[in-house]
Amino acid sequence: MAFELETASQRAGLRRVAIDPVTRVEGHGKVTILLDSDDHVHQVRLHIVEFRGFEKFIQGRPYWEVPVMVQRLCGICPVSHHLAASKALDQIVGAKKLTPTAEKVRRLMHYGQIMQSHALHFFHLSSPDLLFGFDSEIAKRNIVGVAAEHPEVARQGVALRKFGQEVIRVTAGKRIHGTGSIPGGINKSLTVAERDYLLADAYRMIGWARDAVHLAKKLHLANIGLYNSFGAFRSNLLSLVSPTGAMDLYDGVLRARDEVGEILFDHIEPDRYWEYLVEEVKPWSYMKFPYIKSLGSERGWYKVGPLARVQNCDEIETPLADAERRELVDFGGGQPVHATLAYHWARMIEMLHATEAIKDLLHDDDLLGEDLVVKGERHERGIGVLEAPRGTLIHHYRVNEDDQIVRANLIVSTTHNNQAMNEAIRQVAKRYLDGRKLTEPLLNHVEVAIRAFDPCLSCATHALGKMPLAIELVDADGEVVDRLVKDA
Amino acid sequence: MSGAGGESGPARVAPKLVFAVGNPSRGDDALGPLAAERVAALGRDEVEVLTDFQLQVEHALDLVGRELVIFVDASVSAAEPFTCEPAAPARDATHTSHALSPAAVLDAYTRVVDAPLPPIFVVAIRGYAFELGEAPSARALENLEAAVLELERLLR
Repeated sequence: MAFELETASQRAGLRRVAIDPVTRVEGHGKVTILLDSDDHVHQVRLHIVEFRGFEKFIQGRPYWEVPVMVQRLCGICPVSHHLAASKALDQIVGAKKLTPTAEKVRRLMHYGQIMQSHALHFFHLSSPDLLFGFDSEIAKRNIVGVAAEHPEVARQGVALRKFGQEVIRVTAGKRIHGTGSIPGGINKSLTVAERDYLLADAYRMIGWARDAVHLAKKLHLANIGLYNSFGAFRSNLLSLVSPTGAMDLYDGVLRARDEVGEILFDHIEPDRYWEYLVEEVKPWSYMKFPYIKSLGSERGWYKVGPLARVQNCDEIETPLADAERRELVDFGGGQPVHATLAYHWARMIEMLHATEAIKDLLHDDDLLGEDLVVKGERHERGIGVLEAPRGTLIHHYRVNEDDQIVRANLIVSTTHNNQAMNEAIRQVAKRYLDGRKLTEPLLNHVEVAIRAFDPCLSCATHALGKMPLAIELVDADGEVVDRLVKDA
Repeated sequence: MSGAGGESGPARVAPKLVFAVGNPSRGDDALGPLAAERVAALGRDEVEVLTDFQLQVEHALDLVGRELVIFVDASVSAAEPFTCEPAAPARDATHTSHALSPAAVLDAYTRVVDAPLPPIFVVAIRGYAFELGEAPSARALENLEAAVLELERLLR
């Protein structure tokens, strides 16, 4: 089916504006907007180049290589792929329950990833918009501007991210291409020296993360009218929660709520995801559009990620983050908050949770244990699901009797949010662009809406000179009539 | 700070740093990591070799305490076989991306570190194909050989 502004009813005579690629998001994303001669908006689409060639890349490889190989898909969240693949392969090797040491070291690694990813997003990708406003001059809308006017925010952002990376290095064994997580468990636990090294800064990180929640909340509450309405849309919510309903970013059961917060389904084992979620293909997009099967594609699409997770759970099991969660929930007045910009507030609550969870784990001697791997009855199919920084991540593999991968399917967070992001930018285009002459600050509004979701658009190459930043105005015949290159 | 979130970097660092950027599984994007392997194989105590998929703000902290830093990356537009240029801090458009340019990392350094920058060079090795799962191209590997000689010269 087609949503409002997804497809223009009459394309003749419309001008096409392309924002290509979207800045401050990963990989290659493109927004196209069709306008008539009076600058009224007729069509808005977010195009995303998804993982392509992944199946070919991985087919025929022995399954035990997969947790390392999948990290090369993405330079932004390699740890999420590393762990999701490991969880899927736990099932292949029959590891129904990991040892306490293995489970806790993996969780520590995951919280490190959540922390560093959320810190980068808030402090360096989105805070320039939030601190300076969407219309501020381009030169200030980057981390340099933040650093100049809010020096402590920039420094803390770098230090929070560095700490998260160090947690990953210690648990995964290396800065990148870590091998820490393997099918059935892990291949190293922590030494006392490694634990103490991380503990030396763990409490400071909690304090800074709490300050970050307060900054995000302050920005939202200081301009409630704008923040509540900008790119806002109502939708269902999806995430993992623990079996008791608490936030759980590493493991748990699938839960979905509708737009008013009523439970749609709950306690669904992740390896049954395909019974509840299906993906729709649209001819204009490489990326699929998932939806809840029982509701159909028109009503069944949903959002994932921090804003969904913070409101989908019943509690957070670390006290400071839970206090902040309750404030956000109270702010909604009994219904879920659907403000797109509230993603930032929720994201910082999760970062605070991650720092608290890291501190708690570092005080747990199981991290130092020596019982690292379990095995059991071999299976042919494995499904691993976790909550990556951007939302629910599903890895699904089938392995033959020669231990080779014969089929792989990934549903990444950005795919889950595909319809939600399209809806957000259509709301923004309708509200801010319709009937107005397009300017760079106006087009930035579209990017602000996309950035709130922190999409990882693809796993692009990052060779020098590989990412030109350009906005093109193209007429109905496909001729470029104007071009703005975003460069130094 | 002295622990994992420290802004002052490790207590003792090698005076020379080679920081290679690239994804080994994406064709010629592997040029940076391959160059890093070659430098590491020299076994020079005064040289630390680091690699990552892409540059980000926290890498500014890896520059602390160095006497010389060389970034090595594949490039889609550099002159063949490679270019080697001194680098300076710059506020370019990559500040708005998940992947920073070397100049942008240096700019982040000047914002968060209270110490002068060491001499910085960027070695950009010309690459041609960057598909996932592909091996580096023969032409790119020829360029790599020339670049490694330059790296050895710079590190003398």
